[in-house]
Amino acid sequence: MTRWNKLRRKAVNAIMLSLTGLCTLLAAGTLVFILGYLFVHGAKSLNWDFFTKLPTPVGEAGGGMANAILGSAKLLLLATLIGVPIGFLGGVYLAEFGGTTFSFVVRYTTDLLNGVPSIVMGIFAYTMIVLPQKHFSTLAGGVALGVMMIPIAIRSSEEFLRAVPLSLREGAMALGASKAKAIFTVVIPAAKAGIVTGIMLNLARVAGETAPLLFTSFSNRFWSPGWDQPTAALPVMIYNYAVAPYDDWHQQAWSAGFVLLTLVLTVNIIARFILAKRGHVPR
Amino acid sequence: MAASPTTAFSARPPIGRAAAFWKRFRAGDEVAYLITLLSAVSVVAITALLVFELYQKSALSRAKFGWSFLFTSTWDPVAEQFGALPFIYGTVVTSGLALLIGIPLGVGAAIFLAELAPAGISSALTFLIELLAAVPSVIIGLLGMFIMVPAMRAAEPAIRAVLGWTPLFQGPFYGSSLLTAGIVLAIMILPFIISISREVIMAVPGDQREAALALGATRWETTWDVVIPFARKGIVGSIFLALARSLGETMAVTMVVGNEPKIHSSLFAPGYSIAAVIANEFSEATGDLYQGALIELGLVLFGLTIVINAAARILVMTTTKKGTT
Amino acid sequence: MTLPNLSVASAQDPVPTGAAPAKLSANSLNFYYGAFQALRDISMQVYDRKVTAFIGPSGCGKSTFLRTLNRMNETVRHSRVEGEIRLDGDNIFHLDVNDVRRRVGMVFQRSNPFPKSIFENVAYGLRINGSGGRAALREAVEQSLRRAALWEEVKDKLHQSAYGLSGGQQQRLCIARALAVNPEVLLLDEPCSALDPIATAKIEDLIFQLKDSCTIVIVTHNMQQAARVADYTGFFLLGRLIEFDSTTVIFKTPAKKETEDYVTGRFG
Repeated sequence: MTRWNKLRRKAVNAIMLSLTGLCTLLAAGTLVFILGYLFVHGAKSLNWDFFTKLPTPVGEAGGGMANAILGSAKLLLLATLIGVPIGFLGGVYLAEFGGTTFSFVVRYTTDLLNGVPSIVMGIFAYTMIVLPQKHFSTLAGGVALGVMMIPIAIRSSEEFLRAVPLSLREGAMALGASKAKAIFTVVIPAAKAGIVTGIMLNLARVAGETAPLLFTSFSNRFWSPGWDQPTAALPVMIYNYAVAPYDDWHQQAWSAGFVLLTLVLTVNIIARFILAKRGHVPR
Repeated sequence: MAASPTTAFSARPPIGRAAAFWKRFRAGDEVAYLITLLSAVSVVAITALLVFELYQKSALSRAKFGWSFLFTSTWDPVAEQFGALPFIYGTVVTSGLALLIGIPLGVGAAIFLAELAPAGISSALTFLIELLAAVPSVIIGLLGMFIMVPAMRAAEPAIRAVLGWTPLFQGPFYGSSLLTAGIVLAIMILPFIISISREVIMAVPGDQREAALALGATRWETTWDVVIPFARKGIVGSIFLALARSLGETMAVTMVVGNEPKIHSSLFAPGYSIAAVIANEFSEATGDLYQGALIELGLVLFGLTIVINAAARILVMTTTKKGTT
Repeated sequence: MTLPNLSVASAQDPVPTGAAPAKLSANSLNFYYGAFQALRDISMQVYDRKVTAFIGPSGCGKSTFLRTLNRMNETVRHSRVEGEIRLDGDNIFHLDVNDVRRRVGMVFQRSNPFPKSIFENVAYGLRINGSGGRAALREAVEQSLRRAALWEEVKDKLHQSAYGLSGGQQQRLCIARALAVNPEVLLLDEPCSALDPIATAKIEDLIFQLKDSCTIVIVTHNMQQAARVADYTGFFLLGRLIEFDSTTVIFKTPAKKETEDYVTGRFG
């Protein structure tokens, strides 16, 4: 091993290792940059109007996104009603009654559904609801988001239920609990932290989805009563305002982006904290 | 029984089979099983329905264009001529570019976080990077439009100076382009590559590293020659996963790619992706053939992502430990 | 061939085998995991309000047999039972399984309290089997904790998490939880294997106190423990019950050579 060779190897070592540090800095820095920029540009024009007023007609300054906020809330509510029960119960099935070939099929299908691009989900909701009804609606948008929630809900529920140790289930059954009782009085409560945070993360994800709404709930410059009409939604408003030629709208897009990102990241951070602290069932 | 406690349960007499079934039913076992089974079945049903709808509603377009749909580059709604090639091209190019940028950056960061950074810093930085995955696509698009595009325009002379001699960097540049979209996509897939690769690298047994170091290898040589090859399958799996994500990305892409349904060899040129064209034109698609063609595009995208996702799952699942991934 | 000098605690007059009422009896019991036969032709009796111990080397089937007594092995897929087990004369395979498990309680090798409070852990069995009002529940919980010799240590922290207790306390909590539903038989599957000597001694004392009101079956890999607490001992080997008799006989004058080899420490 010549001295030159040794020096070269040491140099390569130092260079490559520093490069990896640089990569990390770039990756982590991107998020910090995004947050910072949105905060600076979005927060500054955020006012009470944003949360309470409707959008003003094209060209007029001012106005807000109150209808989009409400619209997003309604869409998420509908999505939860569709996605969480099916997803949670499906997860219970896989965790507690699994092991059969059918459960293999279910798991594979869940993975399949999980990989479907959100725009294709939008097409699905369109063909199922918008086409027969011949108009856009909150219902269609909620269905699109709800179906997106299902596979994630199944996987996370199953994972947290499986993490409950067998000894707890056996303990319950040895006391005379039937299988169903053991599941619902011991296993699910033991896994509840994970399941709840799973739902939170799921919601945060679909809250930011735009593509599936573009031709299901479409958009609306006014309030959208009920579930049968097109509705504004926060991410769709951001998109529409961003690609429009008006500076005022661009500014509003920044504000809306700031609000949306803050909500999404807050939920994410809280959920991860809970998971990190509790993790699985103690022991 | 002597000295027995207060609550006493009477022993129940033997019961027949039918009574046993009814007992189980009332105890809730059968009901619980049925309800959860129903949910599981509905998932399968919904998925089957989705595939069916995609297939059926694109029938008009498939009948008219057949397989040549995938190879035709004309996209003319007025003349009702539809070909998927520009979008397939755009999707492949932007995703390919995203991987080209994202893989070295991602694997590099994963190496740093897994091998070099102290545990506390590694966790904190990974947490931050994983949060990046939670940022909605439309917000990345927002930043892409108003920051990345002007920045690229400013950087254009420099890029042209270095790479302008290649056919990839020819022609006019207005900011929104395949190149910009590729960079934006790279940012979006970074967290997936980093998070999974980091886990896989950390799962490599310590004695592998020790064996290399004991032979006098440097840290880098150990990592590059021993650890990475050991973790190779999982890293490749993470890349497939990232690819599957980038294929389906819609909003961020459509906001920076230029939205032009033409094929250009230069990365400076605007382009279009499958997801982006569906997003832009679906709500205004008049006529069943137009809509059918867009749905057929959705079918193509669906097929692509299914294949890549399947490959990814197989690779990742056989290497990482079961955890909260 | 020197037999170990174990003091055998059969302080009461041992009931001659065959003369006492059998609480549980197994008759030609065979048990299969898929194609593998884990238990071969086991016939024996567990006498009412006596302590019966199962001993034997690892993998001999003693825990498997214990788990057939409250039908817990049915939770394993592809398992099959032949033969019968009778509880007070009734074949347990014809009774409602949850009822069997309520009457034949079990404490596991590793304590497994639920992630609930101490009170709720003990109350769990009562709640699911239909308890009386709140006052009755409180009384029952206190009784069970007293029977498990845990009351004094936890009476001021009943609503704290069970996981705050030490290993030995958690195991006694599991015993209290099992006792709360007033089982006729209590199955203990190596209850002290994860505990230190002091906690072990406490549980052995507990067994002495409990056996007046409850039939006890204990699986142990610790021969001295069997000698200390059990009235009757059964020696298992490779899925068979080699010998079953009063503890004095098993340890001092075993009839079978395999038994003698095991208790003298020649193997296992």
